[in-house]
Amino acid sequence: MDIGYYPGCALHGTSNDYEQSARACLEALGVGLKEVNDWICCGATAAHSINHRLSVALPARNLALAERDGFGEVLAPCPMCSMELLKASDLMKSDGKLRQEMGRIVELDFNGRTEVLNLIQAFQKVGLDSIKAAVKRPLEGLKAACYYGCLLTRPPETLRFDDCERPSSMEAVVAALGGSAVEWNYKTECCGAGMTLANTDIVLELSHKILTNAAAHGANCVVVACPMCHVNLDMKQADIEKRYGVRHGMTIYYLSDLVGRALGLSDEALGIDRHFVYGG
Amino acid sequence: MTAVATAVATDDLRVAECYQCGKCTAGCPVAGRMDRMPNQIVRMVQTGDTEGAMRAGAIWECVSCQTCTTRCPKTVDCAGVMDLLRQLSAERPSPEQARHHTILFQHAFLNNIRRHGRLNELELVGMFKAAVVTKDLDVPFLFKDALLAPRMMQRGKLKLVGGSVRDRAVVGRIFDRCLRGTDA
Repeated sequence: MDIGYYPGCALHGTSNDYEQSARACLEALGVGLKEVNDWICCGATAAHSINHRLSVALPARNLALAERDGFGEVLAPCPMCSMELLKASDLMKSDGKLRQEMGRIVELDFNGRTEVLNLIQAFQKVGLDSIKAAVKRPLEGLKAACYYGCLLTRPPETLRFDDCERPSSMEAVVAALGGSAVEWNYKTECCGAGMTLANTDIVLELSHKILTNAAAHGANCVVVACPMCHVNLDMKQADIEKRYGVRHGMTIYYLSDLVGRALGLSDEALGIDRHFVYGG
Repeated sequence: MTAVATAVATDDLRVAECYQCGKCTAGCPVAGRMDRMPNQIVRMVQTGDTEGAMRAGAIWECVSCQTCTTRCPKTVDCAGVMDLLRQLSAERPSPEQARHHTILFQHAFLNNIRRHGRLNELELVGMFKAAVVTKDLDVPFLFKDALLAPRMMQRGKLKLVGGSVRDRAVVGRIFDRCLRGTDA
């Protein structure tokens, strides 16, 4: 089965290990990813901070491109992208005038025919029973702190996915892989998101709290489904340790890393060896 | 944005509904860094002091995590209020505003995608750093994180040339129409 794929800028840039991991493990599950032809940036925080119309138009263009390519489903593994796509889609579906206006602005029509999926939903579509049946190496000894961050579930009216205060969909995937997940308090707290460059201090403070809470609850790794969460918790971990004079040494996995490993794929095939904190 | 457009936007964000329970501030991960608390910002907009709210440093500390909006018992879109204030503020650049690196970053980000259609990370870092150094004469900032670059390169995480979309002209036209406020 092939589905549409909207990588977004992060997965074609710094977070290309996430793309490698998602592609490899979905391929092993029989799902091929076909990139949306000539996709553009969703605008991210910059667009919704500076110009409202732009924050609707950029995702609108991508939704229309996905429709033009005939995709019924599009995987957007970055929650920033998927939230922006869903928000624009909802706005245009509920306001015919806006939809027409956007059609003129982005030079393509939107008909609301494409469903946007996050990575967890892609695994749900495959089916957790099928994934469980395909496991070759159960993740014994894994004690994961499943970290959702902000935009996988918030705002809930837009995302309509899982419980926004106490989500459990990633835990269900981890359980299907033979691993276990810990109970902890920072599942849906913010890591500082796109402030990595603009306001680094916020990122170090918030991410430090997340890593500390995960360890305090017995986790031996943190699992994410977001490129920004991974950058802040993995790439910036050395800076966090320096700033707070502590040693975290916490491995941060993309959810697809764990699925891929359980399916028997190597760390090299999944790009896990390219993480900053890599303990094998 | 005209005064009428601002009023309509404020209405859409349900600002009038706020009864100051403070739940937005209680759940905000960066409230401790703000000069005005989220509930105070909403109150200022509610009473018509939009100008004052726009000048608050708080709007540039907000990380858009959506916790306030999600938890508001009166469904006020507090994160949307922060966006509106940033948008209004961005329409009128001021030297005071440039103190906040966040706005320099957001402008550099948008200029970057306008040119390429997709983010060119290395160019964004360069442009953002140049903007900060020009404004603050903060030369050490130029070299902050410089040690990260080779470690990223080693891991194949830094491309010297970013990707571009084929139809970059349409991206330019989309930006023009949105920023001009017309659809033609």
